[in-house]
Amino acid sequence: MEEILSQAKKIAEHAEVFQVSSIITPVNFEANRLKEIQAKQSTSSALRLIKGGRMGFAQANGFIEPKKLVEMAEETCRFGAEAKFRFPGPQAYRKTNVFDSKVENLTVESMVQSGERLIAAVIERSPFIVCEAAVTKGIITVDIANSAGCSASYSKSYFNIGLEGVLIENEDMLFVGDSRSSCHPITDHKSLAEDVIQQLDLAKKRASLPTKQMPVIFTPRGVASALISPLISAFNGKTVFYGASPLRDKLGIQVFDKNFSLYDDATLSYQVGSYPCDDEGVAGQRTPLVEHGVVSHFIYDLQTAALAKTHSTGNGDRRGGMPAPSPSSLVIYAGDADFNSMVKDIKEGLLVDILIGAEQGNILNGDFSGNVLLGFKIEKGEITGRVKDTMVAGNVYQLLRQIVAIGKDSRWVEGFLLTPSLYCTGLSVAAKAG
Amino acid sequence: MRNEIADVLKSRGADYIEIRIEENQASRLVYRGTRLEEVGRTSSLGGNVRALVKGGWGFVSFNNTHNLKDSVRLAIKAAELTGKEDFRLSPTEPVVDVVAVPEKGPPVSLASKKQLLDEYNDIILSTPEIRTSNIGYSDGQKKTIFASSEGTYIEQTRADINLRLTAIAAKNGEVQQVGLSIGSLGDFSAVQDLHGKVEDLSQRAVALLSATQAKGGEYTVVLDPVLAGVFAHEAFGHLSEADHVYENQKLREIMVLGRKFGDKHLDIVDGAAVPGLRGSYKYDDEGVPATKTYLIREGVLESRLHSRETAAKMGEKTTGNARAINYSFPPIVRMTNTYIEPKTLSFKDVISGIKEGIYARDWYGGTTSLEMFTFSAGEAYMIRKGKVEELLRPVVLSGNVFETLGNIDAVGNDLEMNQGGGCGKRGQTPLPVSNGSPHIRISRCLVGGG
Repeated sequence: MEEILSQAKKIAEHAEVFQVSSIITPVNFEANRLKEIQAKQSTSSALRLIKGGRMGFAQANGFIEPKKLVEMAEETCRFGAEAKFRFPGPQAYRKTNVFDSKVENLTVESMVQSGERLIAAVIERSPFIVCEAAVTKGIITVDIANSAGCSASYSKSYFNIGLEGVLIENEDMLFVGDSRSSCHPITDHKSLAEDVIQQLDLAKKRASLPTKQMPVIFTPRGVASALISPLISAFNGKTVFYGASPLRDKLGIQVFDKNFSLYDDATLSYQVGSYPCDDEGVAGQRTPLVEHGVVSHFIYDLQTAALAKTHSTGNGDRRGGMPAPSPSSLVIYAGDADFNSMVKDIKEGLLVDILIGAEQGNILNGDFSGNVLLGFKIEKGEITGRVKDTMVAGNVYQLLRQIVAIGKDSRWVEGFLLTPSLYCTGLSVAAKAG
Repeated sequence: MRNEIADVLKSRGADYIEIRIEENQASRLVYRGTRLEEVGRTSSLGGNVRALVKGGWGFVSFNNTHNLKDSVRLAIKAAELTGKEDFRLSPTEPVVDVVAVPEKGPPVSLASKKQLLDEYNDIILSTPEIRTSNIGYSDGQKKTIFASSEGTYIEQTRADINLRLTAIAAKNGEVQQVGLSIGSLGDFSAVQDLHGKVEDLSQRAVALLSATQAKGGEYTVVLDPVLAGVFAHEAFGHLSEADHVYENQKLREIMVLGRKFGDKHLDIVDGAAVPGLRGSYKYDDEGVPATKTYLIREGVLESRLHSRETAAKMGEKTTGNARAINYSFPPIVRMTNTYIEPKTLSFKDVISGIKEGIYARDWYGGTTSLEMFTFSAGEAYMIRKGKVEELLRPVVLSGNVFETLGNIDAVGNDLEMNQGGGCGKRGQTPLPVSNGSPHIRISRCLVGGG
């Protein structure tokens, strides 16, 4: 790392090296049985240069001669974007708990056992279900050093356990599943199994909906699959800066229901989305995006923040390329509504748990449209059965402008979103006729 | 390296061992609005070992290629922990071969790539009411060494180019976008001379600002070759991947060969042996030669896509469809070039006689749960009395595999292949594939809308 940085400094005004190494161990189950055990080791080094005021970038996965990496990055400098920011200097980061050595010490045998128990618990209630499951642990180490003197290093542990089951009857396929993530090992498979079993129970009966607009409750998983992609796009400082976010001129303006608050939070202990510093060495922080319905902030990396004449929010994220703004963990504040009381309030409506294809609409505009993979009809205050062959379409901004009720049932979904159920009105439902 | 690989493949304790070593060079340019935001290069060197013991797999991937022996040992140990049954992979002839990438013209400099993309970007941004643009270009060349304990040793080199252009229009708080994706097996000319198309997509993005939203419900829809290709991929291609089926008894009963899925005019093909397309190759990532497979012939399920494992478990022939996106993943059953074969009808024949329907063109995305699938059009128009009428906001279409294929009631004569797509499955995305079709008509297709 020092070698790359010192060689880079010889030919460029500023330089930054970002290294990640990881060891990931997925244990995979197929058709209710253990199928494959993996061990994935990887290392990568990324170099960002600023030469003649322009940015160059090169990354090497695996070994590379430092000289070669510097040459590759230098070659791109000539065409690169003008760097509008400065690399951060030396700084002290707040302690953020993202590492638990228990994950490192966990044996593969115990992971096999967790997966087997999870599957057994689901099969006990539904003998014909065919499950895929994965139990994964990982240790990631990040090192960042730049020519301004910043030197950051941290390790993160993570653990994920997930199950997807399919139950086939005649030609009907029912998909159920859920997952849990943490920086701690997850030893309790029961709550996960119970969530899956509850989906199976609710889906036992079938129901059909008419084609029209109706009230809808999004479960936390429903919020993640239908509503969150357009919001992530709209609050991305880059989308805002280039004028493609519908919220670009809405700072300080009430756009959402007054009970709706949304935060980006990189500081939550032992959450897999947390970090002491982002991928540019900027401290992770908690950023309010919506406070009581008012748009209060967008998320930024260094370059986008400099272009927009604001500060990085510690959301610089790399996925094999240059940093770009990306959320850490998103938190939608819980309300005070009991889930059952929301259901009781609806004469005819839809409970959405999973949509497929929702992110294929024009998410820039907040539009989503998807097929209800797992959803239920609500009739006279009761969940009456699973709906199928049903499309829904809506606009996130219209749905969240007036929220009827916000649940007190917050939970983590896919390791990056903490959200309650949301009860909204005016969702367009299109169902197959007869 | 070859000797070292041969040496460690002699390790005992596994029913089968394979080793892959991969070197990859890639470059990337990303524009947003007037800025060339990112220019970068990536170089990768890595590999993996996969071992099979009593039907259980151990898989070890690494960047450090100097410890092959340890990696083999670890993979065998993991497989031992997993395997519990007698099992043999479907047989394949051991192959020793070197496959070089076909010459596709002189190398293109970074400056020339930038020059071309600048031209496209200027066209988009000079269109009135266009707010901004996104352009992502990437190219790469990959050299893979694959060797197995059965004596196969293959070196393959492969090139890939992908370009995605998006024009974003905005007015009164409304944002609309239109995109274009192009790809090739390393042939740069595939992304050249698109100026007319870029101008067209920019104008369409602006036109969408004043277009109306389709009302949700069931429609007769006509799909253009690009969208129909995405439909073939999502609606049937994924269900043809045997790894979804092979260990699920009920699904095997449903997907029994010989089952009727559509009318006589419906033929759906997948094959990496179809030359010159983005999903083409000579050997798959298990060293099995590529084939061309009829998934559906004359409306009837004829065969499916296999790895050596799924073929063995189902007692069917291997098809050479095991692919890994890179060395950090094991190969799984994937599509290659998937298309609906052309028949005799002209576009006019296909749309005439439709009282009210939707003409959906170009793709935005698609996904499937196997039974249910959705695919979204980049562009849509109302059809009234057999004529293409006003522009609509983009629509998302949905179907059910057991009904929708049977509702295809017209197949056109104008096959086109779309090379711009990337397919995702089990975290391995975007894998280069192509898909295509002639125009097709589907009755009673579910459309989401306002």
